[in-house]
Amino acid sequence: MTRQLSNIIIWAENKTGVFFRILWLFRRKQFNIESATVGHSETPGITRFTITVAGNENQIANMVKQITKLVNVIKAETVATDMLVYRELALMKVAVKNSREKGDILRVIEHFRGRAINMAKNTVTIEVTGDENKIDAFYENMKDFAVLEFVRTGRTALFK
Amino acid sequence: MKTRLKQGQKVQGAEIICECLLRAGVTVIFGYPGGANIPIYDALYKYPELRHILVRHEQGAAHAAEGYAWATGRPGVCFATSGPGATNLITGLADAMLDSIPMVCITGQVPSPLLGSDAFQEADILGMTLPVTKHNYLVTRADDIADVFAEAFYLAVAGRPGPVLIDITKDAQVDYAEFRYKENRDRLKKRLKLEATEEEIGQISSLLNEALRPLIVAGHGILLSGDGKTLLSVAEKQDIPVTLTQLGLSAIPHDHRLFMGMPGMHGNVAANRAPLETDVLLAVGMRFHDRVTSKVSAYAPQAKIIHIDIDPSEIGKNVMPHLGVVGDAKAVLGQLLPKLKSRKNPGWLKKFEAWKSEEQKKVFTRELLSPKLKSAQVIDEIARQTGFQATIVADVGQNQMYAARYYQYRKYNTHFTSGGLGTMGFALPAGMGAKLGDPGREVWIVIGDGGIQMTLQELATIVQEKTEVKIALLNNNYLGMVRQWQELFYKGNYSEVKLKNPNFQKLCEGFGISSLKAENLKETKEAINIARKSQGPFLIEFTVEAEENVFPMIPAGAGIGEMVVSLEELSKK
Ligand SMILES: Cc1ncc(C[n+]2csc(CCOP(=O)(O)OP(=O)(O)O)c2C)c(N)n1
Ligand SMILES: [Mg+2]
Repeated sequence: MTRQLSNIIIWAENKTGVFFRILWLFRRKQFNIESATVGHSETPGITRFTITVAGNENQIANMVKQITKLVNVIKAETVATDMLVYRELALMKVAVKNSREKGDILRVIEHFRGRAINMAKNTVTIEVTGDENKIDAFYENMKDFAVLEFVRTGRTALFK
Repeated sequence: MKTRLKQGQKVQGAEIICECLLRAGVTVIFGYPGGANIPIYDALYKYPELRHILVRHEQGAAHAAEGYAWATGRPGVCFATSGPGATNLITGLADAMLDSIPMVCITGQVPSPLLGSDAFQEADILGMTLPVTKHNYLVTRADDIADVFAEAFYLAVAGRPGPVLIDITKDAQVDYAEFRYKENRDRLKKRLKLEATEEEIGQISSLLNEALRPLIVAGHGILLSGDGKTLLSVAEKQDIPVTLTQLGLSAIPHDHRLFMGMPGMHGNVAANRAPLETDVLLAVGMRFHDRVTSKVSAYAPQAKIIHIDIDPSEIGKNVMPHLGVVGDAKAVLGQLLPKLKSRKNPGWLKKFEAWKSEEQKKVFTRELLSPKLKSAQVIDEIARQTGFQATIVADVGQNQMYAARYYQYRKYNTHFTSGGLGTMGFALPAGMGAKLGDPGREVWIVIGDGGIQMTLQELATIVQEKTEVKIALLNNNYLGMVRQWQELFYKGNYSEVKLKNPNFQKLCEGFGISSLKAENLKETKEAINIARKSQGPFLIEFTVEAEENVFPMIPAGAGIGEMVVSLEELSKK
């Protein structure tokens, strides 16, 4: 998790199959995608992708040129991490045995500035945002409890 | 141009397709009908201007379209039905993709409500062809056809050319829509960088103006930019030796004093030695393919490399240049020319003479004076009798290397082959497509006994269309190129390379093609003479020495410095 990751940000037309074309290209050039987030951008009809991959500077620069060749891609660039503000969203469901445990869990949530977004009889569902390290640390802290489900979105980013 | 539809006229999608083809300047279509594209064939009936060539296999259509594109510079067009028709195109698409050949393929698809239902003859052709097309489209509405066609024909030739596929559902072909056609593709045009900046030109010219041992390696990009003269002017102004990659052959006349041959695995001695010594290497419209560079870390070790290519993703992909410039070969060289000082370089050129005479002595003379019939002699004889002006469409294997090495191309854009993919069977349909696209050419197809059997069925198309191609079948009764490797690198274990061939003469008779067999040089000369004089297609089967080898060669994995010029040199190693 501590490997140096590069950010590739892509703006593309919001059309059927565009994500597939992009993903296929990563596969073809032998990249493993660490994370990818996709959603609408500020321009209607334009989707914004934030993709993180490991690779040296040259490989990443080449990859960006290849992506730019895709007809549906409007722009692609690689951005140094310190030029970005970025966050991941993590959701976690934990089983709760008793109120003492519940209190412990809520303390961890508070420490990580997370929120309990659902409290059922025997479970708590938690939302946490932050960079990868924070989410990693949050997960480490929660491992002592009975984690039922955990999901994280991967990095999504804006320019500073 | 004659058009049939008015803007806004309401017609079926299939008719819009034909009208768009007409407006894109298409004159010939290579195709094969079936259930999912039958409406297009029905509309075609109304468009006699669109000459349709009924191939015998869709792969033949794809390669014929490639040949057409090579010969005319315009996109080759194919029709195929859904499912097996479309999958049969894939080898041709992959071939065109690697060799940057403009092509537009139109495939039928099952009706849109059935998409994804595993309907009869449904294949996910969009998914399957994504890796082998520059772009592909699925059209499910008649309304979208005109826009997609205009964009597809633009994309096929824009920047670095390549194949584009349009998959059209049967309902889109049948439904009615208003015909609206506009050619304007500003959105995409903005992305192309065709010229170098002034700063870049300054950098290139100062590198060249100070170079001691400059070398040009030029490729297909020169032919695709439509002009070899500017390259030659640049070379002549500074006495720079020019080497042409396999796909760049014929970009400048091969009898020119500055032409130093083809680099690569079976390339010329001078073209493979020079990169070891050059201090400034000007690479234009080429991509440092592994067949050209061999072991890349041992390629051009002393050189500052200038790389000019229209495709930004090629710069730094295989070789990191000292200076990378994105632009069209002809445009950038044209900008460069006035900035170059006139220079002479007799000392450097003298080296090339030595390399050339080494190859002359160790290879050419031996091959051409052989008492047994050699492929080199056949190609040399075709070259002489055609006055070095014919178009040679070469297949893959030893025959391809002989066609590249022994025909002295003197006319611009007269050598076509399958370079990147190395598709056996390419030449027969591609030669047919070239002739149909540009009937003024004298087309000679050079092909091996293995390759011809991969697309043999197209002989029937050639006969049906009365296509006047001449076929030089170099019959060694082996998959010669593989046999050569087995002989030289696999202890002479001939594993599955011996061919028990059909009687090619009888086969020709069956197809209705005139043919002759030549077994020695005298018969070779006579047969070529007869073939050229006779009207219509003609096949000559040359019985060439079975176990001849192509030299020089650079063993796989070795650097260009490890080139072996002759068999004796190899056995010494
Ligand atoms: C479709 C395809 N299959 C296999 C190969 C591998 N291959 C390259 S050259 C060659 C031998 C070609 O034999 P032939 O056509 O007789 O030509 P020759 O080398 O004998 O001149 C083969 C099998 C290929 N290039 N293309
Ligand atoms: Mg053979």
